[in-house]
This record gives sequence, structure tokens and C-alpha cells, in this order.
Amino acid sequence: MTVNTRRLTAMTAFVGAGALALTACGSGGESPGAASAEPTETADTAQTAGTAQTADAEASGSLTVWADANRAEVLADVATDFEADTGIAVEIVQQDFEEIRDQFVSQVPTGEGPDIAVGAHDWLGVLVDNGVVAPVELGDAAEDFEQIAVDAWTYEGQTYGLPYSIENIALLRNTELAPEAPADFEEMIEMGEEAGTEYPFLVGLDPNESDPYHLYPFQTSFGAPVFGTADDGSYDSTELAMGDAGGEDFATWLAEQGEAGVLNLNIDGDLAQESFNDGSAPFFLTGPWNVTAAQEAGIDVAVDPIPAAGDQPAQPFAGVQGFFLSSQSENVLAASNFLVNYVGTAEVQTALYETGGRAPALSESFEEALGEDEIVAGFGEVGAEAVPMPAIPEMGAVWDDWGASQAAIIKGDGDPVELWQKMSEDIAAAID
Amino acid sequence: MLTPTTTRADARALDGRRARRTAETASLGWKLLLLKITVLGLLNAASVYAAMVLFFNERWLIGTLVVVTGALITWIYFQRGALPAKYLAPGVTFLLIFQVFVILYSGYVAFTNYGTGHNSTKEHAIHAIMLQTQDRVPDSPTYPLTVVERSGELAFAVTAQEGEVLVGSADAPLEAIDGALVEEGRIVDVPGHTVLSFTELMERQQELSTLAVPLDEDPNAGALRTQDGQRAYVYTSRFVYDESSDTMTNTESGETYTDGGEGAFVTESGEQLMPGWRVNVGLDNFVRAITEESIRGPLLYVTAWTFAFAFLSVASTFVLGLFLAIVFNDPRMRSRRYYRLVMILPYAFPGFLSALVWAGMMNQEFGFINSVLFGGAAIPWLSDPWLAKLSILIVNLWLGFPYMFLVCTGALQSIPEELTEAAQMDGARPFQAFRQIKFPLLLVSIAPLLISSFAFNFNNFNLVYMLTGGGPRDIEAGINVGSTDILISMVYKVAFVGAQSDYGLASAFSILIFFIVGTISVIAFRRTRALEELN
Repeated sequence: MTVNTRRLTAMTAFVGAGALALTACGSGGESPGAASAEPTETADTAQTAGTAQTADAEASGSLTVWADANRAEVLADVATDFEADTGIAVEIVQQDFEEIRDQFVSQVPTGEGPDIAVGAHDWLGVLVDNGVVAPVELGDAAEDFEQIAVDAWTYEGQTYGLPYSIENIALLRNTELAPEAPADFEEMIEMGEEAGTEYPFLVGLDPNESDPYHLYPFQTSFGAPVFGTADDGSYDSTELAMGDAGGEDFATWLAEQGEAGVLNLNIDGDLAQESFNDGSAPFFLTGPWNVTAAQEAGIDVAVDPIPAAGDQPAQPFAGVQGFFLSSQSENVLAASNFLVNYVGTAEVQTALYETGGRAPALSESFEEALGEDEIVAGFGEVGAEAVPMPAIPEMGAVWDDWGASQAAIIKGDGDPVELWQKMSEDIAAAID
Repeated sequence: MLTPTTTRADARALDGRRARRTAETASLGWKLLLLKITVLGLLNAASVYAAMVLFFNERWLIGTLVVVTGALITWIYFQRGALPAKYLAPGVTFLLIFQVFVILYSGYVAFTNYGTGHNSTKEHAIHAIMLQTQDRVPDSPTYPLTVVERSGELAFAVTAQEGEVLVGSADAPLEAIDGALVEEGRIVDVPGHTVLSFTELMERQQELSTLAVPLDEDPNAGALRTQDGQRAYVYTSRFVYDESSDTMTNTESGETYTDGGEGAFVTESGEQLMPGWRVNVGLDNFVRAITEESIRGPLLYVTAWTFAFAFLSVASTFVLGLFLAIVFNDPRMRSRRYYRLVMILPYAFPGFLSALVWAGMMNQEFGFINSVLFGGAAIPWLSDPWLAKLSILIVNLWLGFPYMFLVCTGALQSIPEELTEAAQMDGARPFQAFRQIKFPLLLVSIAPLLISSFAFNFNNFNLVYMLTGGGPRDIEAGINVGSTDILISMVYKVAFVGAQSDYGLASAFSILIFFIVGTISVIAFRRTRALEELN
């Protein structure tokens, strides 16, 4: 999420940034706390009608949930049911998804934070290090969820959230230009060239920062995962695995593709989307967020597994969205009841899938969604092979070094293997 | 020369008018008073409400400030006279809220370790550590739970796997009890205890969420805890907090973490336990900014570039603006008005949008500049360190010259033409006349604007952020600072970009920037006073 919607983040951050800059013009000082906006819109979903008569209706307290607009809609219905059953009102506060992490971190200590918030699993490192989240005990319900969803929300042995959707990239194919799914990267490029379009294959990159998130499946196909794996299947962030021989092969491959022009840093996400939508390329490596626009442009889209460039399977990163609990919540019992027994039901998970369009995290809803929709099924199948995006707080620094070095390699600024080794050393230093 | 009759008539008319005006003023005063009472009433109602909410939430300081401010404003506006205070009060209030408070707050943060991992108080940190290190015993069963109460004390009643009912509380480990009634797998009655209803559970959820019932006498066997009041699981605590010695002990390794005074529990070998908490660190952030090699190097580089950027921006926009102003001020120039209108356009268009458009036009392969103007050349406008600097100056010239053009035009028009004519009569050539007569006069009014323009560009965050994002990054440098980053965008990156925020260090940088800009402005304004003596 953080990576692939960077542009969006940039745009939403703009208002805040502009305000900061203005403040700074006059004073030279700005404060992160004072600049943060208060939650703007409050949708009080507490509906008292008809529920006041139940025996439990006098239960005290109320829950506050921070959710983005899409989720808020679905949660409003769940909240009504919850209040009818328990008498506890649920107040849903609408927030911008990208803002929630930082708002949560700064508001929870003041006591103004919510009991529950919606978010992405790769925020966990920051949330845990700041001590603002509490573990959620899914108990036996954990088995009802897709394995990757629960794994993603597990940080240092604890599960911190109730997952609801899984998001990953896959290969979009324009079926008119390429009737068959390619078996590997070379075949894809051949097919792309046969199609006679302007580009054989598209992926959105950045001239200075490349895009390690989108290129990660190719990297894993060379057997170069970012971190080693601990005994329990989670990442071992102390062991950086990128610098191994597989990583060097990948670096060499990057340089070759850069020189051949297959990977082009000047094609950013917008340009790639535009070119795919006007039929200038048969293949586009992207996520579900670009599918609707392609279909609206009249492209018959198929979703295929990502072709491997090396000799191992190409595994993309998965981002898992979910709900997490505040460590300062005074309503732990009500909140975990709401999460596990209400939001964790198939009905709600399916409803969340229908408004969000991402594969649900609950296995029952997941199977159902896969049977219903080919696009979701395509992404879901790739997602089953995916690996969770690492959540350690140092990832910010990792992305920076990783992207800048990839960009340098693709541009051909020096020896790929040397650049790659330099990057591994820098990242290892940043993590320690 | 007035005749007596007209004077009398005039006087009568004047009296009538005066009377009417007095009447009008009186009725207007009455209306004004009503308006004043209404507005102040609303203001006071709002501040009383706000203060009440704040007091209920135990925000004593802010609540008191709200009351005092409300009272002060009311007092000022009900006074007779005190006209200056009446004009200044709203402005001063907003100045205090939006500027003085912000500066003081950043000043305060600069002396703390506020940032990722040091986000709140020590109590919160201990609470969070205890929460995060409750490990569920692997492969342990789920216990269906009923919460019961005995003389006010909460207890757990659970069904063991063999079907027998166990009861235990915080001080008494689980023990089998006879005579309990189980219906459909749920315990509905326990002798000597009261079963709590859902409503009662919700009322005592604070107490319940911290309740740990030991499994047996051996403390290492773990304890039952519940999160939802319906199921209990066995947990062991990885950390134990000892209040008297203020230490955290890891129950697995036996290692002890003490409060090292730096906002976290640390072992003797210096290993920190996260989360930590906010503490005052004195001048540490400033010392770090100056002494730590990985920060100092980029900081010096960025500071140098910030000065160069601000100075070159002001110089280039001023030169171009002045040149155009002179050209369009010449009466021989035809249709000046239309040209002037066109000149203003870059200024009228939102700056951040222009920056985005320019970023697109400067794309190495597909941008307008390379593909059309340079016939398909691959000039790396935004990805070469030096060209990116040039690009940002070019774009800032485009954005900034209309402003300089406007103020120079205004200033030029206020200088009397006679001065130039007089100089020419004395034999000065046109350039000499401009250089020695008009230009110094121009500077009198323009110099303060140049200084403020310098201060603005010194902190021109929008442009850097939207055009290059501070890039291209130097991959040789250890931290994420690009070759077009200016101080304010570097501060932004330290505080908000990535996951490791360091608000303390960022605030320290902000304060340094404040002093730099402030010092330069003071010196420059002193200098301009010398210019004013020309008048």
C-alpha cells in the first residue's frame, strides 16, 4: 500500500505539507503535533431505535472506530447489529486511509485515539515500536483466515489485527494482443514483441527511486528474498538475504533489461497505465487498482501469474488490510467482541470485499469471491504465492536504498554487482 | 463672500443635517451594541462550552487559557476607548494560537527525544510492553469461559478438557469445584459465586482485561487471560516489571533492563527494549546535528545549497522581473497592458500545479522539453544532480519573475520621470541615469521585498517537494537526502518520511532554520535603513 500509492500519498500529504511550509515561512518552526488535523467527519452510527428495549441495552461505554470511507459504509451496518445485540454504541469516524497510521500514533497517547482502527499490516513495526497497539487474540478463529493474512498481521510472535483483505500485484494481459499467458519472462517479451505494440511490457517505475515493490517478484525469482526466514515462517530481519548470489544475478539481469529498454525508468505509473489502456502494450505488471480503468478503456483484461525471470517462482509482496486495537483502549472486551465475533464473520468480510474489490482474508469469503469474479480470482491465485511485505520500522530506510540503487543499476551507472553489494551493506547498516 | 441671508439658511440646513446625523448615529449605536452583545455572547458561550469539555477531560491548563482569553476579549470590547486593543485583539489571539504556540511547541520538542519508539509517557510504555509480551503457550487449548464474582472479586470459571469445572481468581489458582451447572457447553451456575451478565462484564472490562488467573501454584505454568469475556487462553509473560527497583526482567533469559535515563529500558550491554517513552534530552538533538558525521555532512551540504538556491532564485527573478518592468514601462512599447496581463499568468496559476506540470515536461524521455524542444535528446533534467539544481532554478524563475515584475513596475511608476529628465539635462547617459538615480530609489521600496522573497525561497518547500522530491538521491550518502533538498524539505524527511520519525531532531533543525532566517533578515533590514536615508 505504502509503495504503490505513493503518488496518492504525495497528493494527500500536500495540503499538510503546504501548511507546514507556510508556517515555516513565517516562523521557521513547525510542530508535528500541532499540524495534525483533527478527524473531520463524524458519522455517528448509533441508532437507538428499536434496540433500547433489549435487556442488555443499558451496557455502558461506546466504541470508537477509525475507518476510511469505503470501510465506514460497511461498518455502519455492523455497528447497528452490534448495538442491537449488546447495547454498546459504535461511533465510526471517517479518516483518510493514508493518514490513519500517523494520526493513530500521535492521538493514542493523548487519550483521543479510537478503540479500533483500520490499516495495512506493514504499519505494524511503527505501531508496535510506539506502543500504541494491543495484540488481538483470534484464538481458534485464526484457522478460518487465509494463512498469509494472519502471518502478515503477526509481528514478533503476536497477532495484532483482524485481517479483512489481501492485496498484491499480478500480470495484466490484454487478451486481444496476447491470447495466451506467458510461461516465463523471456516468453512474455517475445510475445510482446510479436504483438507489434510500442512496448512489449509495462511496469511503472520512478526515474530516481525505481520501484522495488513492483520489481520484487523478479527479484524473488532469482532466489533473493529481502530477508531470511525465521523458524516460525516469519521474516528474520537480522538476516538480510538480498546480498547473496541470487541478488547479484538479479542485479545483472536488471542492468541487462535496462540496457535493452524493457525496464524504462522514465515510464512512471501514470504513463504505464495510460499506455496499457490505449493498447500500446500487451502486458502490464500492476495491482487491482488499475483494472477498473483498463476495463473502462475497453481493454479485455486477463490476470495472469507473474512470469519468473530466474529459475524460481516469482513471488510478489502482499499487503494485508485489517483492523487493530489501541493499547490505551478502555473497552478491550467490547472491542475484541466487535472484531472477532462481528467483523470476522463471512457476511461482513464479503461485504467488505464487495465495496473494496480486494480478495477477502477470511477463507470462506475468499473461496466465494474467487468463484465469482475472474479478476479477483487471478489476483487471489497470485496472492496465494505471495509473501507479506516486511513490517519492520526500518523498512522506510530499506525502500530508499533499495529503490535508489535499482534506479542506478537500470540506468547503467556503474557495475551492477558492485552497486548491489554497496546497497546491501548500507541496508544492513541501517537495520542495525 | 456670503450674504447674511444665505448664511442663516445654511446654518439652519446645517442644524437639521446635524440633528439627523446624531439621530442616525444613536440608532446605529444601539444596533451596534446589540450586535456586539450577540457576537460576544456567542463567543463566550462557545468558550464556556469548550472549557467545560476540557475540564471534564482534565485538561486544566488549556481549559483555563480558554476561559482567560474569553474573559479578556469580553473586557476589551466592553471598555470605552482602548481602540488600539480592539483592533489588535483578534490578530494577537490568532498570532498566539497559530504562530507563538507552534514555535514554543517546536522549541519544546527539540529538547526531547520525541519520535518513533519514544511516543508517550513511561506508564504507557510499560503498559504496552506488558501487553505485547504476553505469549500464548503454544498448542494450549481454548477454555470456554464464564466470568463469575465472589464478594466483589472477579473470578474465572472454565471447563477443563475432561469436562470438570475449574474456578480461580487473581490470588487463587484454578481449582476444581463441585456442583457447577453446565448448559450447552457454557457454565451457567457456580456454587458460592454469581455469574456476571454481559452488561456487568462491560462495566468491569478494565478490571477484566488485566485479570490473570494462575493455572496452578507454579508461576511459570502461565495464567489464564481473556480478551472477549467468553474464551480464555493460557499465557506466559516474557517480561516482569518490578516497580520498587524500576526494572524489567526477561523471564526467559533472566536479563534485567533498567531505566537508563534516555527514555527506554536498557540492558547493561546497551540493548534497548521498545517501546520507550518521551524524555527531556537537553541539547542532545543539537549536538547530534553538529557532531554526528552521518547528519553533519548532509546538513552542511544542504545548508550550502539552500543559501545558493534562495540567493540565486531571488537574483534571477529580480533581474528578469526588473528588466521586463523597465521594458514594459517604456511609453514607446505598444499594447503594454496586454503584455502585462500575460506576464502575470505564471503567478496566477497555483505554484504546486506548475511544479507538477514542469516535472512532467522535464521527463527524460517523454517530456515536452526533451522530445520537442531538443528533438528527442535524452537530457536527464531531474535525475542528474547538477541539472536537477538547474531545473529547479529555472522553474522557480518561471514561478517567481511575475511577482518581481509586478513590484518593480509599481515602484518604477512611483519614481517621478522628472528625475531622469533632470539627470539627462545634466548630461547623464540613459543607463547612467537609471543606474545612479532610478535604481537606488527603486531599491528603497524593493529591498524589503527582496529580503522577504529570500526568506520565502529559503523555505520553498512546495517547489522542491512537487518538482524533484529532493532527488536525485546520492546513493553514496548514508542518509536519504537528495541533491536538491533544501533545509525545510530535509526536516520534512527526517520527521515524516519513512517509518522512523525523529520529531526531536526535526524540531532542532527547524529552530536552526529559524535562527538562520531571522539573523539574515535582521542584518538585511538594518542595511536597508541606510538606503532609506536617500529619501
